[in-house]
Amino acid sequence: MTIATTYEVLLAVMVLGLAVWIVAARETFAAAEGFVAYGLLLPLIWVRLGSVDVALAEAAIGGGLGGVLLLSAAARLRSTEMAVAAARPGRTLHLTAAIFSAIVALSLVAVVLFLPEPAPTLAPTAVENSAATGLGNPVTNVLMAFRAMDTLLEKVVLLLALVGIWSLAPEQLWGGRPGPRHEADPRGVLAFLARLLCPLGIVIGLYVLWAGADYPGGAFQGGTILAAMWLLVMMAGLTDAPEIIRRWVRLTLVAGPGVFLVVGLGGLLLGNAFLAYPAAYAKPLIVAIEIAMTLTVAATLGLLMAGPPERRV
Amino acid sequence: MSVALDVVTIVAVSGGAFFFLAGTIGLLRFPDTLTRLHALTKADNLGLGLIVLGLLPQAASVRDGLKLLAVWFLVLLAGATVSQLIARVARQDGPPG
Amino acid sequence: MSAAIVFGLCAAVAVGLGLYGLITDPQPLRKILAFNILGSGAFLFFGVVARRGAAVGLGGDPVPQALVITGIVVAFAATALAVALLLRLFEATGAATLSWDRPLDAPDDPDA
Repeated sequence: MTIATTYEVLLAVMVLGLAVWIVAARETFAAAEGFVAYGLLLPLIWVRLGSVDVALAEAAIGGGLGGVLLLSAAARLRSTEMAVAAARPGRTLHLTAAIFSAIVALSLVAVVLFLPEPAPTLAPTAVENSAATGLGNPVTNVLMAFRAMDTLLEKVVLLLALVGIWSLAPEQLWGGRPGPRHEADPRGVLAFLARLLCPLGIVIGLYVLWAGADYPGGAFQGGTILAAMWLLVMMAGLTDAPEIIRRWVRLTLVAGPGVFLVVGLGGLLLGNAFLAYPAAYAKPLIVAIEIAMTLTVAATLGLLMAGPPERRV
Repeated sequence: MSVALDVVTIVAVSGGAFFFLAGTIGLLRFPDTLTRLHALTKADNLGLGLIVLGLLPQAASVRDGLKLLAVWFLVLLAGATVSQLIARVARQDGPPG
Repeated sequence: MSAAIVFGLCAAVAVGLGLYGLITDPQPLRKILAFNILGSGAFLFFGVVARRGAAVGLGGDPVPQALVITGIVVAFAATALAVALLLRLFEATGAATLSWDRPLDAPDDPDA
């Protein structure tokens, strides 16, 4: 057992221990806290697997935003704990579920141990075709050029989720501001943190977007950091959540998929296929799409976290 | 020269790990929220600081070293703020019964 | 025992744990948490496949990595929608479950 393998085994044991805690903890709030720690340890596994872009995305979206979402939901639902705990299913269901889960887990273990050798891979194909875009980061190449259709549809899925959340508002509150009014002390600690951290966070978010062309990073990771800064400023009471009926909100939300669609249709009309980038303009087009995408991802993730509109003023 | 740097790294990182251990034991064993926060800040400030200090000689360039220091600064900022906020709520709730 | 095998086993156990929590816990928020664990285990599988596809100087096959990034974002969007539905249910009925036999102290369905 080398040191590297020992480290990996310890990391896997810690992560699985946290997963057991999340499933078995008594209070939901404690389970949500465990989820934040889980979302921050998983990226270490992703780095060991050589996927630094995924590690950044998992830390920001899974651990960061997901953790905040579930923690705040657990806090709001605290009063239902006792009532629901009375509805725990009986022993037979627990046993059946345990056996079923064990069967699924064991089949996956068998899959892992009998994966084909030599491993099939698309890495050579991705590297061969990377001259088409001129970007240095192979994952960005795949996201923005080779599987650009998936990324476009993913933006649309984000928008649909947001529309789904907005549709939960009562009729008379449609178009209002999401979330409660945060009345933090403007000279307090949280406001200080927001004032100090926000400019730093914006610079870091934009840097992650820009560096994603050649190094690990990208539009999703950068957009998530920007969304987190926006949420921090809203929580510190330094700005209020926007009314969702405002035009600039709507424009920012559709900017990403909109630019993507326009470039794609341009590729159809001027090139040879939907989302085909002309070779000379590939990199500027991709950068333009990524900038629009970052703004949209930041706005969408921020508004997803804020929830349905709760007040008019 | 590089042996001396490695020794510095090992000593500093081990010191940092000790403070993390102490902070975790404090988190688990101290009786109430305020004392636990006190233990946690030792882990944040001293533990992470010593680890970053130990990793500085191994950094590939000055810019990487500055990034490590920036990480430490950001964790300090977040830790200090959150400790203040939690302590405020703990004080409002009053001492445990 | 390469990294791929260690984390592949970790992914399998995470999927099993998430599935167990999803089925047995009566509270919807705990189901959502378990579902996230299940999803992260499934993504780790992609990561294992990506790691095994390391070739031509890259640390891993970039295609599964891109799929996982897409998956993480979509999973978060679905979680946000699920949590919003749950909070709306709580606001509308005062209970956090869909169970027919509600506990005695939950109010009757007040119109939102």
